[in-house]
Amino acid sequence: MSEVRVLVGTRKGAFVLVSDGKRQQWDISGPHFGGWEIYHLKGSPADPNRLYASQSNGWSGQLIQRSDDGGKTWQPMDNKFVYDGVPGTHQWYDGTPHPWEFKRVWHLEPSLTDPDTVYAGVEDAALFRSSDGGQSWRELSGLRGHGSGPHWQPGAGGMCLHTIVLDPSNPDRIFIAISSAGAFRTDDAGETWRPINRGLKSAHIPDPLAEVGHCVHHVAMHPSRPGVLFMQKHWDVMRSDDAGESWQEVSGNLPSDFGFAIDVHAHQPDTIYVVPIKSDSEHYPPDGKLRVYRSLTGGNDWEALTKGLPQRDCYVNVLRDAMAVDSLDACGVYFGTTGGQVYASSDAGDHWAPIARDLPAVLSVEVQTLP
Amino acid sequence: MIRVLLPAHLRILAHVDGEVKLEVEGKVTQRSVLDALEACYPMLRGTIRDHVTQQRRPFLRFFACAEDLSHEPPDAPLPDAVVTEAEPFLVVAAVAGG
Repeated sequence: MSEVRVLVGTRKGAFVLVSDGKRQQWDISGPHFGGWEIYHLKGSPADPNRLYASQSNGWSGQLIQRSDDGGKTWQPMDNKFVYDGVPGTHQWYDGTPHPWEFKRVWHLEPSLTDPDTVYAGVEDAALFRSSDGGQSWRELSGLRGHGSGPHWQPGAGGMCLHTIVLDPSNPDRIFIAISSAGAFRTDDAGETWRPINRGLKSAHIPDPLAEVGHCVHHVAMHPSRPGVLFMQKHWDVMRSDDAGESWQEVSGNLPSDFGFAIDVHAHQPDTIYVVPIKSDSEHYPPDGKLRVYRSLTGGNDWEALTKGLPQRDCYVNVLRDAMAVDSLDACGVYFGTTGGQVYASSDAGDHWAPIARDLPAVLSVEVQTLP
Repeated sequence: MIRVLLPAHLRILAHVDGEVKLEVEGKVTQRSVLDALEACYPMLRGTIRDHVTQQRRPFLRFFACAEDLSHEPPDAPLPDAVVTEAEPFLVVAAVAGG
């Protein structure tokens, strides 16, 4: 029978939750790296026992950990992230030039085909790649160097490259997103990049239609349809049908079009999920009701999914990397909250139950469906 | 041998209990002690001083013999009591909540 492994990164360590295909009983192991912030951990699609984890804290900076046995044991890997050449400057919050300074790894994206190749999205925003299982890292500096880099500016959480989406039909195509610069695409395996933000409209920046400067929160794709992208922006849920060349808003009837997480059903490319959040500064669910919203039409028409989720007095957040799906026949959907709960649905969102209640604040959730 | 006491989170990372004892070649300085420490415990590279600048991380400080050595030059000799093992070289983490 299939097994599902849920990888949870939190403010105080990593946790691994395992269940059989019924997804009713869950064994929790952890904390791994107790006391450290685990911004993200993710498994290799090519070798599910190969996991990569981003471990950091304010005292000692960044570490990268690797497991070759599905998270039972871990080995520290290279943690030297050095910008290529002269790092240059980006804009600080007040518009003054600020030197690029490495702070942490926000997201690790293993290659779809090679367990030893993994991408790291970092703050200050840049993309690094390791081709030796994390033993060394090299910046794909064409991203910062394509021209608009000096105009990028940090969002409230820092200037982070938080989203990396690999195109399964084209190994040379990668999508990334940066807060608050926007989305970018390469078609030559990371050598050259260009912004893909046409159609985004951000009322809080001086030029709402600017080529860069949009606070993209997350981007999701269904692997069977890599030209279609879904985006949760600071405000607005967006959709592109041409690999990011243009975007249309599909927020429709959402109670708030602000949020962080967005994901796609494993088997239905037009079924998407978001968790509306109240903003600008509140960052908790509207009306104290934790609701996942599902669209069966790729946006615009949304239904609230509430069964099993708290519908009063709930003031947690769901962060950008804290939602994922499994690929069992009845698609499982998972998300973690800043209150330390991990909720799961084994019926595509119709019903929910907590599979962990009292973890530290959840930063990321990834799911592996194992044979 | 040089005695080094690491903060708790680095002891866990390096899989050590209590003090670390290091063989240090030549002059005993912050730099030579940290070089020896990182050679014995490669997982500590980058966690006490920056990979590129070699600057001490801002939320860590260095002490010995009740003196703050954090702002001493990295090649300045450490106190004799550290060299003779009478006192440890302390890597101290800022006290932090949360």
